[in-house]
Amino acid sequence: MAEHTEHHIVPIKVYIAVFLALMVFTAITVAVASFPLENIWGPLNIIVALTVAVIKATLVILYFMHVRYSSRLTQVIIVAGIFWLLVLLLFTLADYASRSGWPTPLAQ
Amino acid sequence: MAEHASHVPGLAHHFVNMEQQREAGTIGMWIFLLTELMFFGGLFLAYAIFRVTYPDGFLQGSHLLSVPLGGLNTVVLIVSSLTMALAVYYSQMGEKKKVVGFLVLTLLLGLVFLVVKYFEYKEKFEHHLFPAMGFYAPDPSHLAVQYHQQVRVFLWIYFAMTGLHALHMIIGAGILLTLIIMAHKGKFTREYNSPVEISGLYWHFVDIVWIFLFPLLYLTGFHVGGGH
Repeated sequence: MAEHTEHHIVPIKVYIAVFLALMVFTAITVAVASFPLENIWGPLNIIVALTVAVIKATLVILYFMHVRYSSRLTQVIIVAGIFWLLVLLLFTLADYASRSGWPTPLAQ
Repeated sequence: MAEHASHVPGLAHHFVNMEQQREAGTIGMWIFLLTELMFFGGLFLAYAIFRVTYPDGFLQGSHLLSVPLGGLNTVVLIVSSLTMALAVYYSQMGEKKKVVGFLVLTLLLGLVFLVVKYFEYKEKFEHHLFPAMGFYAPDPSHLAVQYHQQVRVFLWIYFAMTGLHALHMIIGAGILLTLIIMAHKGKFTREYNSPVEISGLYWHFVDIVWIFLFPLLYLTGFHVGGGH
């Protein structure tokens, strides 16, 4: 702690590079979504869409939000928070998936 | 011990030094953002469950949304994240005019997003696609009639998620306006700029939510034929 007194300033060229990467990934996700990938494999569309979104979110978190340069304590808190989000999502979906009769048709 | 703090401008008396103060602010903001993550997480969970339950309705419903407008707003938000990051950068360099300039630019881009969102919502209301009062009646002659209620579930999810996101954008615009006034008055220096930095974290978080909403809501049905 004591020696780490100078705050890290991210150079502008890093911001520009991340921005360009975000734009390219946006173009990729739109281009890929225009193809019926489920003809190849059912969940392929959503897998590609979520993978691109996770990459974009990671770039924003690491560079725009400076987490790559943050203290270890901050990083641990963020990873713990994301872990609990995954518990919320995966455990609930596992509960649904393990019940018979789901998915159920909606009454018209 | 107590008097050394008073000599540093911008340092609150209960912190040892600027580094500790900055770290405490950053962690506090992140803990707030993680509660926001769980808040939005509940809606993403609802999305996942309903999407698996009603895959056809979600494809048909997603196809009702405008990919050009959703894509435009995605680009607007990414550019606004860049201008926000640059505002933080120049606040760390102590360049007041550039801080004000980039904050104003970020605010304008946020307003562009909300105006586009307004026209999207307006179009949905005009076509009786708001899932409550005035929702369109099923047309028995149409093939998609069997998906009528499923499309309605999708549109509920769409309005709930984008509505909560738009509310965060409106709050973000208020925060930016406050920052612009503070920056204009010269409240921020090379040494003290935590409000800009921490508001930046909030702005980027709202951008990340949209990064997930855009493919999940708009692009899911991009490649299928419309059902209406």
